[in-house]
Amino acid sequence: MNKICPSLQAAVADVPDGATVMIGGFGDAGVPFQLIDALIEQGAKDLTVISNNAGTGETGIAALIKNDRVKKIVCSFPRQANASAFDERYLAGRIALDLVPQGNLAERIRAAGAGIGAFYTPTAYGTPLADGKETREIAGRHYVLEYPLAADYAFIKAHKGDPLGNLVYRKTARNFGPVMATAAKCTVAQVTQVVGVGDLDPEAIVTPGIFVKRVIEVAPARC
Amino acid sequence: MNQDIKLLSRRDIAARIAADIPDGAYVNLGIGAPTEVANCLPDGVTIILHTENGLLGMGPSPPKGDEDEDLINAGKQFVTALPGAAYFHHADSFAMMRGGHLDYCVLGAYEVSVRGDLANWHTGANDAIPAVGGAMDLAIGAKSVFVMMDLLTKKGASKLVERCTSPLTGVACVKRVYTDHATFDITPEGVAARDLADGLSLAALQEICGVRLTGG
Repeated sequence: MNKICPSLQAAVADVPDGATVMIGGFGDAGVPFQLIDALIEQGAKDLTVISNNAGTGETGIAALIKNDRVKKIVCSFPRQANASAFDERYLAGRIALDLVPQGNLAERIRAAGAGIGAFYTPTAYGTPLADGKETREIAGRHYVLEYPLAADYAFIKAHKGDPLGNLVYRKTARNFGPVMATAAKCTVAQVTQVVGVGDLDPEAIVTPGIFVKRVIEVAPARC
Repeated sequence: MNQDIKLLSRRDIAARIAADIPDGAYVNLGIGAPTEVANCLPDGVTIILHTENGLLGMGPSPPKGDEDEDLINAGKQFVTALPGAAYFHHADSFAMMRGGHLDYCVLGAYEVSVRGDLANWHTGANDAIPAVGGAMDLAIGAKSVFVMMDLLTKKGASKLVERCTSPLTGVACVKRVYTDHATFDITPEGVAARDLADGLSLAALQEICGVRLTGG
């Protein structure tokens, strides 16, 4: 078994138009910038993107949006001071937004990866983001029914990966990576360093290789 | 406003909040003004700061030149990790809130109602780009939710209100509101004001405050 991809192009080659793609990262930490660049180059369009943010500056998801490849974004915080690509398209009605509280976003992704059909969460009860959703009182507390969020692809960034797809992360760049890895049919991990089978301490592996289809090494410096 | 009234500075408010957080607490400080609380924690206590993007044991900003792009807080600012810190993924991070493990969070607000409803994520303006982040998760996710805000808007309207007019972040979730004029406890019996700013009488506070106060 060898999940190491020969190139970024190969890692994203089969993403079709209309695909749902999870993209890891919070702010710029943990964003797989080079995989996103490769996806822009590959040309897939009408994408649904699931990510915490809608990109910063002119890079990453902001660049994907600027190239008009995204028809819908599912995220918790699209607004960024230095990024206009999303704002312009949203206000012009050219991109759809499904706004999800950050913890519900993480848990809905986790639920998809864990085979959970739906779950009740207290977050957003009584707020506009729970409008029209089923609610229930359980043991005196109010909850909102939320459904899993799955994807065709998950693009994530990890620190080290091996040919079996085992991953470890670095600091707060871990953020959505481990949960997204579980929730996509094809998880592609961009790693700073590929190591040999057996080189990662089994006690320290955060994402076991069963959740990962492809690993691509990308040198640390970006831009 | 009476010239002799000395309103609290943001630093003063932060110091009051810090003084109310006990040794050993796990605390999340919201983006913006609440981060000032970290600078006011007394020496000799161990308060573990949680940042929802995946770190317990958050330390201060790094010296210039030592920033690590993989080490940021929920406000996307560079931070450090203290000895004993732990990193974790988002589902675990929000389980710490939702699951009732986090002791305190301190949040900013547009409005807080008499029953503790919180509005702090959306002004309600039609042309605003909606963004919620972790605000709703935090509002229901800490054992005690403290709000830190000025009592009045720039136009002089009370942000403590009978009913919130901005979209809600959470229902009946705020326990205490720390402001530049006084600290307000939200209780089933009503809103109780205490620790009034120097020179401010309860009667004068009642006049500018949007809700009926039950005493101090």
